[in-house]
Amino acid sequence: MQRRNSRWLIGTGLAVAGALTLSACGSGSGFGGDTADSGEELTSDSTQGLNILIGSSGDAETASVNAAVAAWSETSGTDAKVSVASDLNQQLAQGFAAQKPADVFYLSTDALAGYASNGSLLAYGDDLANKDDFYPSLVSSFTYEGDFYCAPKDFSTLGLIINDDLWAQAGLTDADIPTTWDELAAVSKTLTTDSQVGLALGGEYARLGAFMAQAGGSLMSEDNTEVTANSAENVAGLEYAQTLLNDGVMSYASEIGAGWGGEAFGKQLSAMTIEGNWITGAMKSDFPDVNYTVAELPAGPEGQGTLQFTNCWGIAADSPNQAGALELVEQLTSKDAQLTFSEEFGPMPSIKSAAEDWKSANPTLVAFLDGADYAKGVPNVQGAADVTSDLNAQLESLKTGDAQAILDSVQKNLEALLK
Amino acid sequence: MSTPARTARRSNIRGGETASGWLFTAPMIILLGLFLVIPVLMALWVSFSDWNGRGSPFSGTVSFVGLDNYSALVGGGGLAEQDFGTALRNNAWYVLLVVPTQTMLSLLLAVLVNRQILRGRGFFRTAFYFPSVTSSVAITVLWLFLFSASGAVNKLLAFIGVNGPNWFNDPSGVLHNILGAFGVETGPAALTGNTFLGISFWEWLAGPSVAMSAFILMAVFTTSGTFMLLFIAALQNLSGDVVEAAMMDGANGWQRFWRVTLPQLRPTLFTVLTLGLIGAWQVFDQIYTGTQGGPGKTTLTPAYLSYQAAFTNQAWGQGAAIAFILFVIIVAFTLFQRALLAERKVSNRRMRPYLQSPTSGGSK
Repeated sequence: MQRRNSRWLIGTGLAVAGALTLSACGSGSGFGGDTADSGEELTSDSTQGLNILIGSSGDAETASVNAAVAAWSETSGTDAKVSVASDLNQQLAQGFAAQKPADVFYLSTDALAGYASNGSLLAYGDDLANKDDFYPSLVSSFTYEGDFYCAPKDFSTLGLIINDDLWAQAGLTDADIPTTWDELAAVSKTLTTDSQVGLALGGEYARLGAFMAQAGGSLMSEDNTEVTANSAENVAGLEYAQTLLNDGVMSYASEIGAGWGGEAFGKQLSAMTIEGNWITGAMKSDFPDVNYTVAELPAGPEGQGTLQFTNCWGIAADSPNQAGALELVEQLTSKDAQLTFSEEFGPMPSIKSAAEDWKSANPTLVAFLDGADYAKGVPNVQGAADVTSDLNAQLESLKTGDAQAILDSVQKNLEALLK
Repeated sequence: MSTPARTARRSNIRGGETASGWLFTAPMIILLGLFLVIPVLMALWVSFSDWNGRGSPFSGTVSFVGLDNYSALVGGGGLAEQDFGTALRNNAWYVLLVVPTQTMLSLLLAVLVNRQILRGRGFFRTAFYFPSVTSSVAITVLWLFLFSASGAVNKLLAFIGVNGPNWFNDPSGVLHNILGAFGVETGPAALTGNTFLGISFWEWLAGPSVAMSAFILMAVFTTSGTFMLLFIAALQNLSGDVVEAAMMDGANGWQRFWRVTLPQLRPTLFTVLTLGLIGAWQVFDQIYTGTQGGPGKTTLTPAYLSYQAAFTNQAWGQGAAIAFILFVIIVAFTLFQRALLAERKVSNRRMRPYLQSPTSGGSK
C-alpha cells in the first residue's frame, strides 16, 4: 500500500512537471505580441491575405459581403477571404486567445468594451477617411474611453409597425397613426379584440427602452460615464408600458405564444408591434400576405425617442496587415457599398451622405431612418450586457413589478461597473 | 536451484513488466495528459489570474490575483454573485428533481422489460433507449415545439380541461405557484429579508421555474433509457438461486424486490446516481440551444454561466472559477452519496434472529 502511494505521488509529480514544461513553451508565443496603440504605425504586411469573419443573417448577406470583399481584393491586389461564423463571439475569443484572430470582423456594441479593454482591438476610427460622415450617435456607440474604435457597419432603429388590414377593419385611417402616448394607448385599445391584442412587443430592454427614451431617459449618459438608470424619466417610461400591459392593450410576444414581436405581428396575434428594420426580411419570407406600414414611434412627454442597434467592422490589433484592413473597411463603409448591402439584405447605411439615396430607394421604410435623428444607443461599458440581461429578466414580470425598484437595481449594477 | 538465483531472475522479469506496462499505457497517459490534465491545470491557473482572453494566459502581462475571481462569485455583493447564486439555485432544484426521478424510473423500466413473460421485450428496450441515442440538441428543439404556448402538450392539457402554462416563457417558481394557490404571495420577512449568495431565501425556495420544469421532464425522458440499460445488465447478472431461495422462504414479489434484488444492485445504483449527479450538475447543451438562461434567468446554470462569463463577457478568470466551484460541488456530492450507499455491517439487532436460529433449530 505504502509503495503504491509513493508511485502515485511520483506519477502526479511527473504530470505536473510535464504540464509546467508545456505551459512554459506556450508562454513563448505570449511575449511576442504587443498592444497596438492608436498612436503607433499600422502594420502593413500585404503578403498575408486578410481573413474576414462575419456573423451572417443568411445567404443573401453572405453572398453580398463576399462580392464586396472580392471586388476590393481585385482592385487592391490583396487576398481576402470571408468566413461565416457559427458562433461569432466564441470564434473571436478563440482567435484572440491564440493571437491569430481574423483581421476584420463584425463586432457588436456589447462586445466592444471587453475586447477594447484587453487590447484586442485596433482603435482605427480616427484614421478613417470618411470618419465625419458617420452618424454621431453611432460613433459614440463605438467609442470606448475616448477612442473611436471601429467603423459602424450599418444600423437599425425601432419603429411602429402597423397591420394595414386590421387597422382599416377597426375603422382607423392614416390620420389616426399615433403621435403621442395617449394616442398610442387609444388606438391599441381600439385594435384589441378577442383574437388579437393591439400592440405586442418583446418584453426586454431593447424594446421597452424606447418608452424610456420618449420620456427623456436613458440608462447611461451619452458618453457612458454617468449612470442615469433610476431617473424619474425612466420610471415614467416603464410605468407607461406597465399601464398598457395591465389594461390588456399591450402584450409581450411570449405571452401570446410568439417568439418575438415580428412573429406575433405576422401571425396577426397583434395589430401593431415595435420592431427594427430586420422585421422587413422576416415579413417578406415568412408572412408575405400581411400588409403593413412602418411609422415613427409616438412621442412621449419629452418628445420622440427610439433605440438604435448597430455593429461595426472590428480590426484586430494582432493583424499583420492593419493598413490593408483599414482600406477594406473604408471600402465596405463607402456610400456605394452600403447602399448595395442595404438593397441586398436590408440594414440602413451608417453614413449621412447615403441617407437621401436610401430614402428614395425605400420610400415605405423612411420612418426607420427618420428615427436616426433622435435614436439613443444602448450602454457599451464592459459588463453592460450582463446588466441589461438582468434588467430583461426583471422586465418579464413588469406587469406586477415595481418600475422604481427594477430601475434602482439597474442603477446599482451599472454603477458597480464604473468603479 | 539456489534461492538467490531464483529471486534475481524473478526481479528481472518484473523489471521488464514494469517497463512494458508503462510503454503500453504511455499513449493513453500522453493523450489524457495533453488533452485533459494540462488543460485542467491551465484553467486552474486562469481562475487565479486576471487573464482577459488575449494571447497566452502564461504571458508576462497576466498576473496572479489570488482568490479575487472566487470571492467576486461567493461574496462580491454584485451582479456576479447574484447570477452565480441564481444559477446554483436553479441547478440545485434541477438535480434534486432529476436524479431521484430518473433513477427510480430507469429501475422501474429495467425491471419491467427484464421480465420473462413480457412479449416484444426487444421492442420496448429499443423504444426506451431511443431518446438516449438522439442528440440532445435535436431533443431540445423537439421540446421547444412540444412545450410552446400553443404546442402539443398544452393542446393535450386543454383536452382534459387544464389551461397549460406558457412553458418556456414562464419564469415563476413552481413552489411559489403552489403556495400562491393557497394565498401565500410573499414570504415571511425572515426569508425575504436575508440573502445567501445574493438572492433571498424566499427566492431559493421558489422551486424550479415552469421553464426549468420542462427541462427536468426532458432530462428524465432522455436519460432514463441509458440508466435502464445499466440496470438491465445488473439484473441479468444476478443469479437466480438467491431469488429462488427467497421464494422458498415464502417472500412475495414485493419483498423479493426490496429485500433481495435491490440490495444486490447497490453497486449499479451507485454508478447510476453518480453519473446522474454529474450529468445533472453539468447541464449545458439544453440551455445553450433552448433558452440561454431565460426566462428571468431561471434556467441559468453554473455551466452555462461559466461559458457566458468567459466567451461573451471576457471574464475568463471568473468563468474558470465557476467551473472549479462546480467541480468541488460535484465531488462533494459524490463523496456524500458514496458514504450514504456504503456497505455497512449489519446491526446487532438485525443480526440477532440469524444468530439465534441455529440454537433454536438444534433444540427441536
